[in-house]
Parts: sequence; structure tokens; C-alpha cells
Amino acid sequence: MLQILKRSINKLIITTSAFFVAIFSNNLNADWFALNMTRGSTAVSEEVFELHMLIFWICVVIGVIVFGVMFYSMWRFTKKKNPEPSDFHESTKLEIAWTVVPFLILIFMAIPASQTLIKIYDDEEGDINIHVTGYQWKWQYEYLEDDISFFSNLSTDLDEIYNLVPKGEFYLQEVDEPVVIPAGKRVRFLITANDVIHSWWVPDFAIKQDAIPGFVNTAWTVVDKPGIYRGKCTELCGKNHGFMPVVVKVVEQDEYDSWVNAKKEEAYKLAELTEKDWTAEELSARGEGVYQVNCVACHQVNGQGIPGIFPALAGSDIVMNDKERNIEILMEGVQGAAMNSFDYLSEVELAAVITYTRQAWGNAENGDGEIVLPKDIVDYKKPKI
Amino acid sequence: MSAVIENHHDEHHHGPAKGLTRWLYTTNHKDIGTLYLWFSFAMFLIGGAMAMVIRAELFEPGMQIVEPEFYNQMITLHGLIMIFGGVMPAFVGLANWLVPMMIGAPDMALPRMNNLSFWILPFAFFVLLSSLFMEGGAPNFGWTFYAPLSTTYAPPSVTFFIFSVHIMGASSIMGAINVIVTIMNMRAPGITLMKMPLFVWSWLITAYLLIAVMPVLAGAVTMMLMDIHFGTSFFNAAGGGDPVLFQHIFWFFGHPEVYIMILPAFGIVSHIIETFARKPLFGYTSMVWAMLSIAILSFVVWAHHMFTVGMPLAAELFFMWATMLIAVPTGVKVFNWVTTMFKGSITYETPMLFACAFVVLFTIGGFSGLMLAIVPADFQYHDTYFVVAHFHYVLVPGAIFSIMAAVYYWIPKWTGNMYDERLGQLHFWLSFISVNVTFFPQHFIGLAGMPRRYPDYALQFADWNMVSTVGAFLFGVSQILFLFIVLKTVIGGKKATDQVWEGARGLEWTVASPAPYHTFSTPPKVD
Repeated sequence: MLQILKRSINKLIITTSAFFVAIFSNNLNADWFALNMTRGSTAVSEEVFELHMLIFWICVVIGVIVFGVMFYSMWRFTKKKNPEPSDFHESTKLEIAWTVVPFLILIFMAIPASQTLIKIYDDEEGDINIHVTGYQWKWQYEYLEDDISFFSNLSTDLDEIYNLVPKGEFYLQEVDEPVVIPAGKRVRFLITANDVIHSWWVPDFAIKQDAIPGFVNTAWTVVDKPGIYRGKCTELCGKNHGFMPVVVKVVEQDEYDSWVNAKKEEAYKLAELTEKDWTAEELSARGEGVYQVNCVACHQVNGQGIPGIFPALAGSDIVMNDKERNIEILMEGVQGAAMNSFDYLSEVELAAVITYTRQAWGNAENGDGEIVLPKDIVDYKKPKI
Repeated sequence: MSAVIENHHDEHHHGPAKGLTRWLYTTNHKDIGTLYLWFSFAMFLIGGAMAMVIRAELFEPGMQIVEPEFYNQMITLHGLIMIFGGVMPAFVGLANWLVPMMIGAPDMALPRMNNLSFWILPFAFFVLLSSLFMEGGAPNFGWTFYAPLSTTYAPPSVTFFIFSVHIMGASSIMGAINVIVTIMNMRAPGITLMKMPLFVWSWLITAYLLIAVMPVLAGAVTMMLMDIHFGTSFFNAAGGGDPVLFQHIFWFFGHPEVYIMILPAFGIVSHIIETFARKPLFGYTSMVWAMLSIAILSFVVWAHHMFTVGMPLAAELFFMWATMLIAVPTGVKVFNWVTTMFKGSITYETPMLFACAFVVLFTIGGFSGLMLAIVPADFQYHDTYFVVAHFHYVLVPGAIFSIMAAVYYWIPKWTGNMYDERLGQLHFWLSFISVNVTFFPQHFIGLAGMPRRYPDYALQFADWNMVSTVGAFLFGVSQILFLFIVLKTVIGGKKATDQVWEGARGLEWTVASPAPYHTFSTPPKVD
């Protein structure tokens, strides 16, 4: 009996200590000391941090005084130590004091807060203006001066999310293509959304602006130090709300210039691809990649969708037999449903992804198996007479 | 008036009916109060179970237990159930039990409507919870249901959600009308407005807030219904509508709503502190004025929930200053409570422990609220766990602690039995420690940059999330103990005296324990 008891106590000690070791051993890259707001990397974020600390310390001081009096009273005026309670229950002087004094403290806080806010609201144009659009569940960046446009998707592997492989250092904070801005320049972001409301947040710049369909909000920053800055979507936008991070790469001016040129080159090459003669296999292979990035969140890897919310593509009559309508849905979206227009994708990407869905999951065998060429998309885009 | 009283007198001999029909057909304020309280406790457990799912998923980075889609359903239902099913009905239950006894009235003014306003509630929540089993799942857009995520992009069950919100709204409005009519017309002679117990005052103000804003919520969900089914575009930008309009309407309801959930708590805590300090409440008049100012200010601060939607500078400044102003009357209340204890003769029974914890932890929630009012800093706090920590501090150790304090304080009057003081104290300490272990680290997680409503998170947030989850499960288990204590008290226990607490004041302590089925059939004499 004693043996069993001893053994189970031992077991308990081992499991408990394993638990605490797990907590305290700084497992993964977890950080026990991430307790406070970041100071950030811009003049504005610095100022916001100082403001935050000012208000915090004022609250601490008030708290120490109020709780001090309270704890003292709780300790000093127990029934044992003070059997006869006083009848002290009114004092106009006190009431006036503790109305006026907090009011003055509030004014003292409101002044710097208002000043900082006015600074943030300075709405001048930037040296570089970037149009940021939130989609379910990715960000699009369009550089207004340079005519560059691309999407930025989470690049963390699904296997990491589902705990099949160890998580990387920047788990859920990494993207396939970060937005690049030059150091020391005033950059203005014009923020909107294409479907539901998102919010574009980069803590290091103290920028958080909601991305709202039908509205364009602005935010600006000047970042002096090159580096990678990570942020997140902060407005609930559906199931992958937690999986659409923001990554901003700040580089020196000359590096920025060569990046711009490379992006332009890339766009030119993509346009050339539209003219190429494509086979079904080539399109399907390319389309699978497009599908993984743009479609898989709703329609799922197996094309089955989610019953009741996102329709299945596998076995869908339109996907199997109605090429015209299939293109139309991709280009126009479906009114009143979560399916949006994907006309922002290139002709090659559109043709490839439609072809992929028409070939995959047995759709080719069960349907007409027709493929869609980039040319079909170009034709669709021509004004109809 | 006197005719009514005599009628009641004849019914006296009956007492409660037997069996289930007693509860179905009852028009007795005490029975209905009991129904409300048990219903809210059931909802508290269901909403709490959902919180456990949320915290279990957040125990470690990565997706382990649920899918993001279901996670969103959990956060949505957790919020809706705790607010509309947990906190609000609990306060209505307390109002039913206490308001008539505190003002020397025989019952609520509109007893049949009282029955109706309770009995539609279970149906509202049945409809809401049944959406979990519908194709496409339950509502998944957060308890704030921002359009267009809750309209164009919502699962089909959103229509049932709208219907259930309408029923909850109707119930709340009827409850509020009943409270106002009762307080305005049925006070015993001599109880002038400025002699009313503070709980009655707090509920009078709360009831006016409810009548003012519940129709606004009904309007918002009706517009959603029109957008979804009848081709309108109130909130659809593509049709010329305005998604931000939804947020303005919602928060015009939503901000007074958060005070609806805290004003009755102010009333409760004031009674408990004066009882156990054995000293009259400090600054009664200023307490009333503070609650009135808080209520009025609550109508002009709604947009502080929306500092990041891109409002013009003037609007941001106005809503920042107006919000900061609320700290003044709130501060007055806290100072009055502290000064009531000063030079008192205090003992620490369970209700007093909960009340003291309320004052401290609610004030901490108030501090973070003040920080959130500062717009430039709010750009960093907004929609992070800092906000989650803030509103859980004012709702859990705020509103919910006050409800528990009220149950311990008045249950001897309700049942005639004293609760088990040792178990009560154990329940308090477990709840007090675990609530802080749960929610205090969320301040850190939020400041470090973790957004709310995330099913999965980056690695730097792992440690404090783990601590928070451990706390949450401890808090959850502690509430089973609460259930046990209440049941034990209902069944038996040391008999309570009529006065129950040495320092208690008020008419409810002049009647027998347990309170007879009908009290104050003839109005009491009050000087």
C-alpha cells in the first residue's frame, strides 16, 4: 500500500516538474519577457510608446494611493481592532476634491494625447504611395507611382500549423512576398478591402488602420532603419483571420530601386507568357500553385469545399461542363456570396487555375474536360459589342 | 392601490402551486427571480464550457483541438451567451427578487408580463444554440457581428441568430419596463427617490438604458436581415451602403450595454460594503449622481470602440475626451466605497470578500479602460489581448463577482439557510486567484502584440497563453464548487435569522427568512 502511494506521489512530482520545466525552459522561441508595448522604429511609434508609459505610470500612482488607503482601512478597521464604527458618511469637501483632482489629471493626460494624435493625422502625400487591399485572407500591395502590384500570402507551412513538423522562428509571421519600402522616405499607405473588413497593423510603425470595403483610409510612416518589420490583421475577417500576417521590408534607396526594376521585369515576362502555346498539363501544373494560394482556404485541397458555406468544385456541373460560366464566376464573383471576383489575377494565372479545377479530382473524366487558355480570358476582357 | 392590496390578501393562503406549473405559470416575483437566476447560471456554465474550448486551443501554438472555423463559432457564442444569457438575466433575476422587497411593494407591477419576459428567453437561446448543428455551423463573426462578415459572408444560420437577438431584446425591454413601472409607482409611502436603496437606483437607471438601446440593436439586426434576404444594401459598399454605419449603430447600443452590465453591480457592492463595514454608505447622493452621469455619458462615447475605422480628427478628439471624462464619476464611486470602509468595523464574510475584490479588480479594469481611451495608444491596443484583458476584468471580477457576492449576501434571505462559510471562502479564494492568473497575463500578451480572436499565434506569446489557460481551467472548476455551495444551501444548513447580517440595512431584512411567498401585502411604515 505504502509502495503504491509512494510511487504515485513520485509520478505526480515527475509530471508536475515536467510541466514546469516545459514552461520555464524557454521552449521554442517563446519569450517570458515580452511584457510591454514595443517602442517601435519610427518617431511616431516612439511618441506613442512614451504616451503609453506616461498614462501607465499615472494609473500606477493613482492605484497605489487608492489601494493603499483601501488596504490600510481593511487592515486597520476590522471589527476586532475597531469595534465601534464611526458615522462618518458625508463630506462635501472630500466629494469636491475627488471630482476636481481627477479632472485636472485627465486634462494633463489629454494634452499630450491630443498633440500626438494631431501629428499622426497629418495627411500629406507620401514620396511613395502604396495601395493596400485586404482580401480573405491575404494582402495586396499596389505601388501607385511604379505600377507594381502583387499579393502577400502567409508562407508558414500547414504542417507547422498542425504540429506535424517543428515550428520555425517566424511561425505565422512570414509571407511569400513582403511589401518593400525605402528607408528614410515618407511612405503613405492607402488602405481598403475587397470583401470584409480587415485591419492592417504594424506595431513597429504604430500604424493600425481598418481596411474597409468602399472606403480608403490613409496612414503614413517614415522608417529610418532598414530591416524586416512584422505585423498582423487585427479585425476578425473569417476563418483565416489569424493567418494573414503583414511583413514590411525596409531597404536602402538603391536596393529599393533595383527591387522596383526587377518587379517590372517580372511583370513583363508574365505578359509574354500570355502569348505562349499552353498544354493542358502545363496549365494544370501552374494552376495547382495558384489554387493553393487563392482558393484552397475555402474550396479545400480536395475541392470538396465546406458544406453549407463554400460549395464543392469537385463534381460541380459548372466546373465540369460550363466553361463560359466558369470563367464568368472567376471574373465577376457571385453576388451575395463569399465568392469574389478574381479579375486581379493575371490572364495566365486565371487560365491555369480554371484549367486545374477542370482537370483535377476526376472532373476531366466526368465532364467535358475542356481547358481554358490565357487567350480565352483576354477575349472575355474585351468589351462586348 | 389599496383595492389591489386587499385582493392579494385573499390569495395569501394559497402559497405556491405544486409541480412544474408553479414555474410555468408563476407571476410571483420571487419565483421569477429564481428562474432567471438558475437560467443565467446554466448559461454561465455553457458559455464557460465554450471558454474552456477557446483556452484549450490557445494552450500552445498550432491548431490542436478545433479548426479555425469552429473556433470562431466558439468566440461568437461565448460572447453572446455570457452577455445576453449570463450577466443580464442574472441582474434581472436579482432585480425581481430584491426590488419589490427593497421598496416595500407586494410584487412587480406587471406580473404576467414578468412571466412572459422570462419564458421567451429559453427559446431565444435554444434557437441560438441550435445553430451549432445547422449546415454551415453557428454564427462565426464575433459577438460584435460586424457587417459585411455577418451579412454577405455569414453562414445561413445568421437568420436564426437575428431572430434570437430579437427575442432577447424583447425580453430585456419587457423586463426594463416592469422595473421602471414598479419603482415609479409601488414604493412604500415615505420612500422618496433619494431614499431608495442604491440597488434600486442602479436598476432604475439600467432599465432606462435598456429601453433606450435595445431597440437600436433590434434595428441593427433588422437591417442585417434586410440586407441578407430582401436585397437592401444598408451595409454593403457595393450597393452604395456603408459598413461603418453598422459599427456606429452597433456601438450606440453596445456602449450603454456595457454599463447595463455594471450599474447593478455598483448597487450590489454598495449594499455589501456598508453592511460589512457596519457604517452608512459614504456619499449616497454623490453615488446616485455618479451613476446618472455615467449613464448619460454612455450615450456620447460609442465611437471609442472604433478609433481605427478612419474617423476625422475632430471625431477622434471628441470621443477621446468624452471617454476620459467617464473616469471622473467612476472614480467618485471607488473613492466613496473606500471611504465607507475607512473607520468602519469590518468583517470579511464571503460577500464582503467578493465585494472588496470587485473594487480592486474593477478599478484595474477601469485603469486599462482609461489607457484605451487615449487614441494614439489605442492604435496599438485596439483589437489585441489588452482589450480582452480589459473587458474581462470589468466583466468577470466586475459584474460576475458582484453577482456571486449578491448570491452569498441574499441567499440566507431567499432560502432561510446560511451558506457554508468555509466553502464560500474557499470558492472566493479559488476564483480570485484563478481569475487573475487567467486575465492578468492577457495584458502582457496584448501589449506584446497578439490580436484577439486568433485561433493560433506566433511563438513569442506561448508562455503567457499557457499560464492563462491554466488559470481559466482552475476558474472553471471553481464554479462547480459554487454550484455545490448553492445547492447545499437550498437543501439545508444553519437557519438564518431575519436580520441575517449584523450591519444590514433595508426593508428586505425586516421580513422573515426565508422570505414568505408574498411580502408587504400592506406597505410597511418608513420614516
